[in-house]
Amino acid sequence: MLTISKLHKSYPIGDSSLHVLKGIDLSVEEGEMVAIMGSSGSGKSTLLNIIGMLDEADEGEYILDGVPIKNLTEKKAAIYRNKFLGFIFQSFNLINYKNAIENVSLPLYYQGMKRAERQELGMFHLEKVGLANWAHHLPNELSGGQKQRVAIARALAANPKLLLADEPTGALDTKTSHEIMAFIQQLNDEGKTILMVTHEEDIANMCKRIVRLKDGVIMEDVFVEQVRAEQYV
Amino acid sequence: MFKFLTDRDTWQEVFDSLSKNKLRSILTMVGVWWGILLLIGLLGSARGLENAFNRLFGDFATNSVFVWAQSTSKPFQGFQEGRQVKLTLTDAKKVEENVEGIEFVVPRSQSQAMVVRNFLSGTFGINGDYPLLDQVQKKKLIHGRFINQNDIESNKKVVVISEDVYKQLFEKGVQAIGELIQINSMNFKVIGVFEVGNMNMGPSTDMHIPFTTFQQIYNRGENISWMMITGKPEYNIKQIEEDSKLILRNLNNVHPEDKRAFGSFNLGKEFAKMTGFLSGMQFLTWFVGIATLIAGVFAIGNILLITVKERTKEIGVRRALGATPYEIKRQILVEAVFITLLAGFFGIISGGWILIALDAAFGQGPDATMVNASVSIAVVFIALLILVILGTLIGLIPAFKATSIKPIEALREE
Repeated sequence: MLTISKLHKSYPIGDSSLHVLKGIDLSVEEGEMVAIMGSSGSGKSTLLNIIGMLDEADEGEYILDGVPIKNLTEKKAAIYRNKFLGFIFQSFNLINYKNAIENVSLPLYYQGMKRAERQELGMFHLEKVGLANWAHHLPNELSGGQKQRVAIARALAANPKLLLADEPTGALDTKTSHEIMAFIQQLNDEGKTILMVTHEEDIANMCKRIVRLKDGVIMEDVFVEQVRAEQYV
Repeated sequence: MFKFLTDRDTWQEVFDSLSKNKLRSILTMVGVWWGILLLIGLLGSARGLENAFNRLFGDFATNSVFVWAQSTSKPFQGFQEGRQVKLTLTDAKKVEENVEGIEFVVPRSQSQAMVVRNFLSGTFGINGDYPLLDQVQKKKLIHGRFINQNDIESNKKVVVISEDVYKQLFEKGVQAIGELIQINSMNFKVIGVFEVGNMNMGPSTDMHIPFTTFQQIYNRGENISWMMITGKPEYNIKQIEEDSKLILRNLNNVHPEDKRAFGSFNLGKEFAKMTGFLSGMQFLTWFVGIATLIAGVFAIGNILLITVKERTKEIGVRRALGATPYEIKRQILVEAVFITLLAGFFGIISGGWILIALDAAFGQGPDATMVNASVSIAVVFIALLILVILGTLIGLIPAFKATSIKPIEALREE
């Protein structure tokens, strides 16, 4: 699914530069559910951004679904993001003047899909996250959990190969977090590959594999017994 | 691009982002709206003033000069200085024959007289005129007719009086045409009453009698008071003035460089001054209007720039979801042009209202300060075109700004 080898990334800070990723080797198979853990500054978000083509590595190789991701133009990157990736953010990042269904169908708009089709597909995904009745509500009329579910529906809309989640439960209370995790697990059960950044141990344990980063290198990469989130709900 | 513009989704996006941020959109529009409103208001007013001015001068042949005789300021050929020069009919004829570019020369005699009708009387200016006067200074007759050639040939005792004279000599409602009035104890039949215009040569209490009759009753013989020289439109009236005076000096034994002997009033020169002033005003109007318009468009650019800053995160999200930089730029550009056009339309409509209001306030009646205050459709479309072009150019700035930020930085913005 994705292969990363000898990945380096540094950021300039004044005259010197900060070496954030110091040679990362990682490969993820289809259907995996991987948690990337680490304290702040460990480089986990940088890694996720590079995987998400929002940022580019200085050195190393990154192959996504057989396509080498290197020296992309902004346009190419945008098309790949649309085709391959679904993003789930900590702060949901819904467009606040668009209602739920419009938010969900936005990636489809950028695919050039017709309006009627878009609405239909958007509705299908909203139903999937259980928010069909909220389709015409604006984000500020929704609770945190509902917003994140809309965001997940949006990430799913374009049927991406890989779901990237940056602290998806970071802004939610424990109960809602577990609901969201249960849903993400369900998506994984259905075959979606999921990569998430988290610093919460219990959330990480709900994945099938944990990659621990420290100071820009992988400290530990283990497969774990998945804790099902349903039992807490 | 064309398909993009006819796509309902495009406009849905534009409409959403503008209507969901109402205050911002309205503030943006005010700049352009104000600019085009001012442009139309100013241009319309200037046109109205020009029209009013043209109507005022429309009764005159503006390519005219009036010449009269005064006393000499230089001794010449045995004559002493200070001699009173007299203009004659022969002078008028010679000027007409010898000066290049003359349309016609109208001699005129003038005097004051006591005029009596029954128990009403007054002192008025009497002019001995030819029918040609009507072409130099159009008389708007309320009743009757002006002097004609027949009156001249038969030395008829007929008179054309002004509205103001009529008011002084006649009781209200009395029909003046055919009535007799006494000028210097001689009976004259009233054949016409003319309207007093906004611009007059001499006082408004004026009356006209046939030139030949005048010469006869005042025993003027050949002598005339002044002559009105009208040039052909393609000739310079200033040159005609100089040439005529030179001939007159020659004919009357006046020193060729005697500036005082003949006085003149050049209507063409005065008219040119006024039209010069008007075109100056029009230039100013355009200048102010377009400058305001540009300021308005810059206001749009400025606010869009702030808007883009405000929407950095949204733009980041859109790009994460697969919007290409081109799509983002296009979106912002269409928003800029759309809002400019919309504001422009409102500006044109309210500009029209302003002109209607101006017309209602100042454009009514014969003495209107502004006549038909209006802007041509062509000007409106040019203004709109300028707006669209400027709107596009100015929209490019925020559009490029929006995509110059990397999506990762845009998303990090809190």
